[in-house]
Amino acid sequence: MSLFDVAFYVLAFITVGSAIVVVSSRNIIYSAFALLFTFFGVAGLYVLLNADFIAVTQVLIYVGGILVLIIFGVMLTTKVFDVPVKTETLHVGPAIVVTGAIMGTLFGVILKTKWFDILNVQWDGTTKKIGERLMTDFLLPFEVASVVLLVALLGAVIIARRERVKS
Amino acid sequence: MPEILNVLIASVIPLLFILVYAVVILWVEIKVASHVQDRLGYMYTGGFHGWAQPIADLLKLLTKEHITPERSDKILFTLAPILVFASSYAAYAALPFTSTFIAANLNIGIFYIVAITSFVVIGILMAGWSSNNKYSLLGAMRSVAQIVSYEIPTVLSILTVIVAVGTLNLQEICEIQKGGLFSWNIFKYPPFMLITFLIYFTASLAEVNRTPFDIPEAESELVAGYHTEYTGMKFAMFYLAEYANMFLVSGIAAILFFGGWSSPFGEFLAGPGWGVFWFVSKGLFFVFLQIMLRWTLPRLRVDQLMYVSWKVLTPISFVNLMVVGLWAILK
Repeated sequence: MSLFDVAFYVLAFITVGSAIVVVSSRNIIYSAFALLFTFFGVAGLYVLLNADFIAVTQVLIYVGGILVLIIFGVMLTTKVFDVPVKTETLHVGPAIVVTGAIMGTLFGVILKTKWFDILNVQWDGTTKKIGERLMTDFLLPFEVASVVLLVALLGAVIIARRERVKS
Repeated sequence: MPEILNVLIASVIPLLFILVYAVVILWVEIKVASHVQDRLGYMYTGGFHGWAQPIADLLKLLTKEHITPERSDKILFTLAPILVFASSYAAYAALPFTSTFIAANLNIGIFYIVAITSFVVIGILMAGWSSNNKYSLLGAMRSVAQIVSYEIPTVLSILTVIVAVGTLNLQEICEIQKGGLFSWNIFKYPPFMLITFLIYFTASLAEVNRTPFDIPEAESELVAGYHTEYTGMKFAMFYLAEYANMFLVSGIAAILFFGGWSSPFGEFLAGPGWGVFWFVSKGLFFVFLQIMLRWTLPRLRVDQLMYVSWKVLTPISFVNLMVVGLWAILK
């Protein structure tokens, strides 16, 4: 087993193991903190696939942004972190249908994709290519995404303001 | 297995550096503090100006009892200091100590450092929450609000430098600035790079919770903030992470604005060995500046802190970024 294989199995174990903790933990704060390791594992898998820029962006946005927001949300909502989360089984029938459909789609994708061994491909930095594509072929989606973020920002400001006027 | 051996050696060197540097800076901090306050500080241990005192302090910390509060969350309480130190140590992987040594020569070096240090935020939140102590939780909340806000001017000023040099690789950024004092980034696009540096330095002080931005620790209000309940080795981990972060932001300032390992005299006193000397002394200079500031300036209030970040530093760094970007295109 090479170093690459060891790294892959370790990261895969971290990702899957912590993901199981996220969904099965009874304490919501544990779920939030376990998500950290899921994000870390996924970022590590991206690194193994030579997608360095995506990996770092994953860490920056999900760990530095979204996870902090989630944990803040949990902590600031009074008493939420003391309430045990329901993890019993509900709606078994519909759940089987939905998860079965998702699993089927994933299997279809896995079987249809033409895989290649990334160890044999020499890649240089992805940052420049991503930047060039974002500024040429994908300029419109890129700009639309930024407008969506701006709208979300304005919405947050408006909600925060309105509360202050009432009090 | 030579591959694994290489990885081990490359990862042990930064760790050794952090440990040795922490002992030195522990002494410097106390001595500078004492001299700023017109006293001598410790003079006895080891003989010359109490040089052995930090070693004695470390031994004391190592032998202290581990106290875990009864109603704290045991797992997260133990995990938090490890996470905080591990993330600041991980960031050292991308620091080029000299032209021939960098633990991981990443194409996206500076971006990686910005991202990996966000684990510190989670670690601090973990520490504050798991301690089950009001001071700890308040300190953690303040710390995270502060780090998240000040990340914006920090990243914007780093982005300004990246626009000017056109690469994210820290080794290449150093390479570009070779050839004497005036090829350093700080002298490019005058005076905008100088302003960028001042913004970066101010914001990085807040990122590492140093005075005048030490609101999360604020010993007169919050006991010690998020590490109130920590003792012994776990406390030492937080302490070590704080000092490691101080050198980290100073090292980045040295690389981005002051040429990193390159000599200020062009080819004179240049080379891999001198590279280490220049990089470390530039970094230590900014650490020294941070220590001096700590014992000179009073602490900001929380609302002043947010005002400085959102209404002063962020707009200025936006304007800076645009001007430097425009200038770089026109050149």
